[in-house]
Amino acid sequence: MAAHLKKRVYEEFTKVVQQQHEDLSTKKLRLTKPSKSAALHVDLCKATSPADALQYLLQFARKPVEVESVEGVVRILLEHYYKENDASVRLKIASLLGLLSKTAGFSPDCIVDDAINTLQNEKSHQVLAQLLDTLLVIGTKLPENPSVRMRLVEVACKHLTDSSHGVRNKCLQLIGCLGPVEKGVAKEAESQAAKDVQKIIGDHFNDQDPRVRTAAIKAMLQLHERGLKLQQAIYSQACKLLADDYEQVRSAAVQLIWVLSQLYPESIVPIPSSNEEIRLVDDAFGKICHMVSDGSWVVRVQAAKLLGSMQQVSSHFLEQTLDKKLMSDLRRKRTAHERAKELYSSGEFSSGRKWGDDAPKEEIDTGAVNLIESGACGAFVHGLEDEMYEVRIAAVEALCMLAQSSPSFAEKCLDFLVDMFNDEIEEVRLQSIHTMRKISNNITLREDQLDTVLAVLEDSSRDIREALHELLCCTNVSTKEGIHLALVELLKNLTKYPTDRESIWKCLKFLGSRHPTLVLPLVPELLSTHPFFDTPEPDMDDPAYIAVLVLIFNAAKSCPTMPALFSDHTFRHYAYLRDSLSHLVPPLRLPGRKLMSSAVSPSITPHEDPSQQFLHQSLERVYNFQHLDPRGIQELLEFTIRDLQRLGELQSELAGMADFTATYLQCQLLLIKALQEKLWNVAAPLYLKQNALASAAAKQILEETYKMEFMYSGVESRQVVIIHHMRLQAKALQLIVTARTTRGVEPLFGMCEKFLQEVDSFQRCFISELPHMQGSFVDKLLDLMPRLVTSKPSEVVKILQTTLRQSTFLHLPLPEQLHRATANIIEPTGESDNPLRFTSGLVVALDVDATLEHVQDPQGTVKVQVLYPDGQAQLIHPKPADFRNPGPGRHRLITQVYLSHTAWTEPCQIEVRLLLAYNSNRSKASTRIPKSTWSESLEALPPSENGIEGTIPFSKPVKVYIMPKPARR
Amino acid sequence: MPEIKVTPLGAGQDVGRSCILVSIAGKNVMLDCGMHMGYNDDRRFPDFSYITQNGRLTDFLDCVIISHFHLDHCGALPYFSEMVGYDGPIYMTHPTKAICPILLEDYRKITVDKKGETNFFTSQMIKDCMKKVVAVHLHQTVQVDEELEIKAYYAGHVLGAAMFHIKVGCESVVYTGDYNMTPDRHLGAAWIDKCRPDLLISESTYATTIRDSKRCRERDFLKKVHETVERGGKVLIPVFALGRAQELCILLETFWERMNLKAPIYFSTGLTEKANHYYKLFITWTNQKIRKTFVQRNMFEFKHIKAFDRAFADNPGPMVVFATPGMLHAGQSLQIFRKWAGNEKNMVIMPGYCVQGTVGHKILSGQRKLEMEGRQILEVKMQVEYMSFSAHADAKGIMQLIRQAEPRNVLLVHGEAKKMEFLKQKIEQEFHVSCFMPANGETTTILTNPCIPVDISLGLLKRETAIGPGPDAKKPKLMHGTLLMKDNSFRLVSPEQALKELGLAEHQLRFTCRVHIQDPRKEHETVLRVYNHLKGILKDYSVQHLPDGSITVESILIQATAHSEDQGTKVLLVSWTYQDEELGSYLTSLLKKGLPQGT
Repeated sequence: MAAHLKKRVYEEFTKVVQQQHEDLSTKKLRLTKPSKSAALHVDLCKATSPADALQYLLQFARKPVEVESVEGVVRILLEHYYKENDASVRLKIASLLGLLSKTAGFSPDCIVDDAINTLQNEKSHQVLAQLLDTLLVIGTKLPENPSVRMRLVEVACKHLTDSSHGVRNKCLQLIGCLGPVEKGVAKEAESQAAKDVQKIIGDHFNDQDPRVRTAAIKAMLQLHERGLKLQQAIYSQACKLLADDYEQVRSAAVQLIWVLSQLYPESIVPIPSSNEEIRLVDDAFGKICHMVSDGSWVVRVQAAKLLGSMQQVSSHFLEQTLDKKLMSDLRRKRTAHERAKELYSSGEFSSGRKWGDDAPKEEIDTGAVNLIESGACGAFVHGLEDEMYEVRIAAVEALCMLAQSSPSFAEKCLDFLVDMFNDEIEEVRLQSIHTMRKISNNITLREDQLDTVLAVLEDSSRDIREALHELLCCTNVSTKEGIHLALVELLKNLTKYPTDRESIWKCLKFLGSRHPTLVLPLVPELLSTHPFFDTPEPDMDDPAYIAVLVLIFNAAKSCPTMPALFSDHTFRHYAYLRDSLSHLVPPLRLPGRKLMSSAVSPSITPHEDPSQQFLHQSLERVYNFQHLDPRGIQELLEFTIRDLQRLGELQSELAGMADFTATYLQCQLLLIKALQEKLWNVAAPLYLKQNALASAAAKQILEETYKMEFMYSGVESRQVVIIHHMRLQAKALQLIVTARTTRGVEPLFGMCEKFLQEVDSFQRCFISELPHMQGSFVDKLLDLMPRLVTSKPSEVVKILQTTLRQSTFLHLPLPEQLHRATANIIEPTGESDNPLRFTSGLVVALDVDATLEHVQDPQGTVKVQVLYPDGQAQLIHPKPADFRNPGPGRHRLITQVYLSHTAWTEPCQIEVRLLLAYNSNRSKASTRIPKSTWSESLEALPPSENGIEGTIPFSKPVKVYIMPKPARR
Repeated sequence: MPEIKVTPLGAGQDVGRSCILVSIAGKNVMLDCGMHMGYNDDRRFPDFSYITQNGRLTDFLDCVIISHFHLDHCGALPYFSEMVGYDGPIYMTHPTKAICPILLEDYRKITVDKKGETNFFTSQMIKDCMKKVVAVHLHQTVQVDEELEIKAYYAGHVLGAAMFHIKVGCESVVYTGDYNMTPDRHLGAAWIDKCRPDLLISESTYATTIRDSKRCRERDFLKKVHETVERGGKVLIPVFALGRAQELCILLETFWERMNLKAPIYFSTGLTEKANHYYKLFITWTNQKIRKTFVQRNMFEFKHIKAFDRAFADNPGPMVVFATPGMLHAGQSLQIFRKWAGNEKNMVIMPGYCVQGTVGHKILSGQRKLEMEGRQILEVKMQVEYMSFSAHADAKGIMQLIRQAEPRNVLLVHGEAKKMEFLKQKIEQEFHVSCFMPANGETTTILTNPCIPVDISLGLLKRETAIGPGPDAKKPKLMHGTLLMKDNSFRLVSPEQALKELGLAEHQLRFTCRVHIQDPRKEHETVLRVYNHLKGILKDYSVQHLPDGSITVESILIQATAHSEDQGTKVLLVSWTYQDEELGSYLTSLLKKGLPQGT
């Protein structure tokens, strides 16, 4: 009985549950029905309270609505809108209307009238504001319909008198976005709202609410952006707004003034409180300068930024920005800069300064001192000393822009920029160094300035030092002492931070070639030669000595008298350096040297550079080898590859090209070797060893082709096709080898199928290139295609084998510029004997610092790989922010790699290396997809089957000693 | 007229012993309570008997505000509160409250233990005094009592220095204390919002100076230290324990860090360590850089700067030592100086001003042979450098602050009279506000505009604001209503309600005016012309032409009759009620100008 009862209970219970379930599911079904409007209608009708309705609407808003049903939904919503008493629901409806009219493909003309009607009886300000927002959306969706726009603007004008700031805000925004821009339209319409929109907006510059004032200025700016020429009359109004109490108003006003100053630079405005008149741009410049000492840093940043783009300002005003009249006890004082300059021009070197050296000199007429001028006085002095680094950076940037357009200003601002090298925030220092580099064409550094600049060389930040080296590369120095000073400081830097070697050498190279005449008198001292005595030969491996030689040799290039000062070993060292550091040491015309003949006269263009010639010649030779016997071909290839590799080492500018071709030839060599194996003549299973060789060759060729395709920047489609062709050959080879070594036909079927597909896709991708490929493997293959498709796998293999042997070697055309992606891990150095200890199970952060060259899109492709001794490998994707871009084609990766492992008994080494990830989908053959739309269009594209992802190691691995300790309990 | 009275007890046309009495709307506030460095007698403290001869100070003062911890701003506080007797609240910022007792204790030790003075405040008194202190946060509005409220603003200068905004009703005073408008290595710049006080009391130490960029100074300083250290020399920097010392420490610390230098830097121990501790704590009071980086590393946790031990002075090799006191007149700095003076590789850098008679002053003025106690002659071979690091606003900075705050009056204290005179003239000329500079004990009275709150019913307000065009809402607006003064309160009510409340009957007041127009045409034609004319001008008003030949503009009636004698002259009768006075008088003036010719 009890059991029966229990069962009954259960039965009943389950029934109830099921029913509920049904109920729920029906509701769900309705919601997802295609007719959205109906569902919504039902929902809204069901809603008993405003809160309920709101919930429904919120749910509804989460799902997209199809274009066809938008209008229906809008009608339903409007219907409910009129019925609804609760403001919050109406607000939501209003916002939904806006959302819906944004739907792509939907044209909101049909709902304009209804939307405008809703405004009529609305009492709630919030809802009104929201409705206006909706109208704005509708208006922006209908750019082709001026009459609708006109109506909307009219509506907005009507609501401008609303007492709520939100509504006025939106009205102004709407007018700004939709207001008529051309004068003609306004006349045609001839309606009341077509009154000058500028005037309407201008009236609201004095609104009592700061938010409305801001909106008015923004609307004005919006009109400007849409192409309306603002009236000059606004200028005086805008000037008044600069003294507003609220920072957002001031910030917007600064922008407006800037816009006006660009529109009417040459108009004349009177200076209040005097009879003088000045150009508008000058006046605006003065006013914006004034804002650099505003109370709010947001305004200060804004002002400082805009100053940079006011290039029409008169130089007289410009120079005032750097002038802050110093005084002490009412007596004129000279700035430290002026004192330094004077010391310099009087020929005296800075003596130990006495107390009172800066003692004020002349008396100042108290009436003439103007402590706060309305002019531009000292704006940059203030900006550069600001509390917030954002302002300082903006000021430095502005200085940079102004200095680029005015050499005299560049000269003047130098002192200030040099001062910024000692800022407390690294970013600011870096920025000012970069700025200085940009304007360095206009300036020559004085010795005392150089001194300050060079002092920064000891900075512990690599970024700063490298930026400074770059700067020194393009600096003009005025005296030989300056050069000497620079050299001494650079050598000091070298001893302190040996890793800077390359950068310092490069810097000295440019320093030497820019100032040959200044280096000349220094040569005996630098080489420590003596007129009578032989001095000991310096150590050739000393980086400092190399640095000195780099400076001298580069100077000697344009100074033919210099080699006379060299001693014997210098010539020997020259020969050595020319060979080992060819990118730093230029060819010199040295007396009594063989090199003289080979050193070409400067008239010959770089295209006919002997090394380039050599490259082409050797390639020519290779491509004509058809007539040679197989042995000869192999030898020729081997020699050429060796030559090319050497050439790449010698000539840095040709390195990419040489390596690229060498790799290609290497592939060819491997292919030839593989085809020469005896295995082809003998029954397969007997020659397992050779077989291994051939398949290894095929594998290596594949790898090399990926390298060729993805590691070089500047590869064009002509090269890509050849690379793909080589890959196809390798695949054919692979297929043949497998066919010969495996028994049974089944696996071959699949492979053949796949290969034929690949041939097919090759044909599709490179159809335009096919005519250039006469006699090649693929050419022949395509001829045979009909036969291949129908024949059995063994047949296919046979055909492939013969075609592969008969096919000609394709000529690889070289692109203009080719650079190989390289990476160099600077840190960790891999020299440490101290293991990095950490508790197992926890992580330790390893700082990785590497330079990358010629890597395209490093953010997407460069990965860090960590290999643990147990064979475990870890791939880390660095954050995009970890990559910096110090120069074109160069990147720097500074990131942290987190390591973790279980406990080890003793320290062991792990390997860290950089990988270049590639994806053959994104290959250069297919049209490159812009980054922004990448994720979307990827879904659209059918994933191609041969999309192979892989990585190429492109840096030397670095070993790091680590020791995970067992955790203590 | 209400007025604000200001009487400096100290710091009036003088530096030191800051103490300013302010009475504002019946409240008495004392700003700062400092001592004077220059005196050792009664003059060192302000004359508190000025406030009250007999009676407790607590009854006369509503509160005391201390701007920062320098002794010339807080040195007399224990004397004032414990010995003279004051039990009211004392306001200061948190860092000031923390550091102030350390300095007071130090000051007490020097005067009592070293100089052997009696009748001076004791340690216990300092403690008791600090118990009366109420600490405030930046931008926190503290209600001292129902009417008096104060608010602190950041002032730079030293850690915890603040400017105070004191407000009673709608009258307000801003007292700046000492402030700095340019940021330095450890503190930011002073900032105040546009609070538009009736009076700004500003310091004016550097009233006649416009300073060079701080970067040059810093660079010079660092270069000198660096060069000496590279030469293997020793650098002595005599400092006072708090304030500049920390700035220089940060400067050297970051430089050492940047340049990877290894030479040791020492700081003489004692009081500084305690103070450094507070600098570490009050990170929010420091500048942007320190605030942003303290999560990784607190800048005041010096890596390169270590505590100094007497024995270190004889160590070979380069080093940098910060030692107290700053003027080389006694103590550790003098000892080290004597040890190192003989070597020309070494250097002493004086970062501040030195009083006459001290060793510091002598060497700065170029003396190379010093007579020490015991008739010893010390020959100074080391390099002597002077480097001014000062944290007061210069003339430009003061003007900048005035521009930020937009006060109606300015009063200068804490500066020399002659220099103030110049600045005063400048301020009056640039900002067109009156500027005062009272001497000690001299009272300045400043008249303020009273503001009288009036209640208005919301209905009336809405009704009145709805009339007339909107945008110019920022301008003063004409409102119609009746002002009722009843039970010590003001109310603005509608006329009807006023009549009702007062039980009065309403009287109509009507103006009529005759305007003569030369018009030979018939009456109704004239009327029509007038109608068209008005209609053309008054677009926003309802102008109607009634069938009986009269015109109404809103509620104003215009009738035309021919002149009894001259038919060519028409008499326009304009009549309006008192409520329409504005429009009525406008209309009459319009009609008096005559009708336009033609048609």
